[in-house]
Amino acid sequence: MSLLEVAGLGVRSADGRDLISDLSFTVDAGTRFGLIGESGSGKSLTALAIMGLLPPGMTASGSVTLDVPGRGRTEIVGAGERLLNRLRGRTTSVVFQEPLTALDPLMRIGHQVAEPLRRAQGLRGRALKTAVTAALEEVRLAEPDRIARAYPHEISGGQRQRVAIAMALACRPALLIADEPTTALDVTVQAEILALLDGLVSAHSMALLFIGHDLAVVSGITDHVLILKDGKAVESGAVLDVVNAPRHPYARELVGSARELDAALDRLGEGERS
Amino acid sequence: MSVEQALVGAPDGEGPKAATRHVSRSVTLTIGCVLVGVIVLVAVVSLFWLPFAPEDTSGGRLMPPGAPHLLGTDKLGRDLLTQLMIGARIALAAGAGSVVLGGAIGIVAGLAAGFATRWLDDVVSALLDILIAFPTLLLAMLVAATQAASLTSAIVAIGLAMSAIVARLTRVLVKRVLAHDFITAARTSGTSWPRVVLEHVVPNIWPTVSVNLALQFGLAVLAEASLSYLGLGAPPPNASWGRMLQEAQASVFIAPVGVIAPGVLIVVLVIGVNLVADGFRDVADPTRRRRR
Amino acid sequence: MSRPIIEAREVGFAYRRAPAVLTDVSIEITQGRGVALVGESGAGKTTLLRLLLGLATPTTGRILFDGDTLAPGDRRRMRSFRRDVQTVFQDPYSSLDPRQSVARIVSEPLRSLGLLRDLPRPERRAAAGERVAAALHAVGLPEDAAGRYPHEFSGGQRQRVAIARAIVSEPRVLLADEPVSALDVSTRVRIVDLLAELRETRGLTVVMVSHDLAVVAALCPQVAVLERGRVVEQGDTAAVLGSPRHAYTRRLVRSVPRLPARPA
Repeated sequence: MSLLEVAGLGVRSADGRDLISDLSFTVDAGTRFGLIGESGSGKSLTALAIMGLLPPGMTASGSVTLDVPGRGRTEIVGAGERLLNRLRGRTTSVVFQEPLTALDPLMRIGHQVAEPLRRAQGLRGRALKTAVTAALEEVRLAEPDRIARAYPHEISGGQRQRVAIAMALACRPALLIADEPTTALDVTVQAEILALLDGLVSAHSMALLFIGHDLAVVSGITDHVLILKDGKAVESGAVLDVVNAPRHPYARELVGSARELDAALDRLGEGERS
Repeated sequence: MSVEQALVGAPDGEGPKAATRHVSRSVTLTIGCVLVGVIVLVAVVSLFWLPFAPEDTSGGRLMPPGAPHLLGTDKLGRDLLTQLMIGARIALAAGAGSVVLGGAIGIVAGLAAGFATRWLDDVVSALLDILIAFPTLLLAMLVAATQAASLTSAIVAIGLAMSAIVARLTRVLVKRVLAHDFITAARTSGTSWPRVVLEHVVPNIWPTVSVNLALQFGLAVLAEASLSYLGLGAPPPNASWGRMLQEAQASVFIAPVGVIAPGVLIVVLVIGVNLVADGFRDVADPTRRRRR
Repeated sequence: MSRPIIEAREVGFAYRRAPAVLTDVSIEITQGRGVALVGESGAGKTTLLRLLLGLATPTTGRILFDGDTLAPGDRRRMRSFRRDVQTVFQDPYSSLDPRQSVARIVSEPLRSLGLLRDLPRPERRAAAGERVAAALHAVGLPEDAAGRYPHEFSGGQRQRVAIARAIVSEPRVLLADEPVSALDVSTRVRIVDLLAELRETRGLTVVMVSHDLAVVAALCPQVAVLERGRVVEQGDTAAVLGSPRHAYTRRLVRSVPRLPARPA
């Protein structure tokens, strides 16, 4: 049985344009699924639709169901705010592209991380403080106590994204949605964050829905991918199949572009060896 | 300054609704032109022809509408229509005069502050804040104390108060435009600072500034009305709509037209000017004019 | 080896009462030997680019243009510097004035640098039109683009407009700050191809700030790696990125996301 099942999802804007049409895919418990698309392809909207967080005026059709063992099956499309609020954080959790906007600039990091821990696990006082430190340590933040006392602007972009991940994991969600989580980061920091996500998702046997525009990044961390263009799925399958034998022209173009850039790097290595 | 913030923070009309709004924009411009046009026409006519002499009090007090006084008379027996026509002239003069004065000073000061380096910018901003905190009426009284109370002194007072608001808005907008890469591109293309101001900064701040000036025009009309009531505006027999309103207040139940007529005209002028400014901005803006 | 067009000689830069952004940076840009400046954000790449562009003056050291110190006061020399050294920015949504037509945007260097000043007035307009059309053609934009406005174009097309503006004065050097990182992957490849083509056909030397090593490898024969305001490694791109010596460079090369290997 699938943890997340998206069936015939459509999203329509206030003025009646179809932003996403007839999108279907499934994410099984403990697996990693990648959504690839360029700007305007509807990939981030898909994430919002799954969270029930579509901007006002947009309407979703079709079906998005979450099925967590022990918590029952829930239909997201058309669900009420109270039900959705219960799911957010516990069943599904998101990490966004820009951690600075996801964090409250006027609140110390420690308080922000404590918030979901307090709500979900009912921790108070010393136990809560220990849990915050543990959460920050889990995302490999050195000096967790210093970070906990800092405000978001006082730490680096990579550290902020680690904090955002710590908050997303606080309630041990069954599904983690990562929407372009490394796009705003330096390449070296990106590699670290990807490695961190990879480790955490495995350690907690969470499912991962990874959304990105960079084929190389997404294919490195997921095992199944779906390529979106203009709100429609053009290709999906196992990562190696899609990357090595893309069928749709657009998928071929994307893979070709990535290969072309890769080749420039490969030539360097060869030049050195010869 | 919620109005200022609203204007500064307003999105540039991009979005799903922009296209449908675009169609109605030319309609608002037309309506605005008609509303303002009517007032301007009345003001122009008043220069050449009036139904009665302004000082003529022969009509009897607080007469209801009818012949020969189409809208009736006020509590001194003056013809209401005559007063309203003269009032149109005063209102337009007050609005236009203060907008020209306040706009000119405000935009120049705002540009200077926008370009200023750190400490100078701080000093200018502090001065502007003090000026904005200063009530317009108090400023008007100060101006009136040095000169005789007249339409000119009212315009100077309102214009000065307005200039601070315009300057602060301009400063913010200038800073925002200067942060764009196209300013740097202009510099690396060898464009001199004066030309950067004329070719890039002014065209990019003008849409927002002009809409704000239209808003200020309306506020200036209202401010002139208050100043006239306090005896700080145009002296009688130059009827101002604001003074007419105040004078007719006491007899609102006996002669409601005396309150309704100037009130409606103030609203018509203020709304009209705002519609014109709004519509004009769209006509002048390439990002709205050409949409594919 | 020919004399460098632009040279940074032991350049340092610091804002008032702040730690140095750049320390003792020396870089030479010679004809056809474009340099890529790589490093993490905050390493000082963009500041160095601003110094090379003459938009800021170094606190210590000198920036040389054709062998002489660049003096912002010397207007005639600054004009020939501006003509020879043009720039492209990262965000094509910020680098084009939304209220100017493409023709006006692209022709700005011609007007501001007075490049058509020798022509009699009536012929200037026609000459400017021809130069703009040629520049638009060179970047692969249709002729009718000239009369349109930036908002009518996609990000990639806007970047082409920005490149057209940068080449209209027929410069020798193009300094670009992350010219493709704001673009989609497929667009990115097309803009890289365009820059490579301009480099070949126009003898343009491309100097670029980029975090994308693949783009660097495709466009610049030389690399300078910056870390905390210092150049920690520089030389031929193949040597530096192919077998990096400095620890940071090694980490950088290792971090580049790659597609899963093609089956043999």
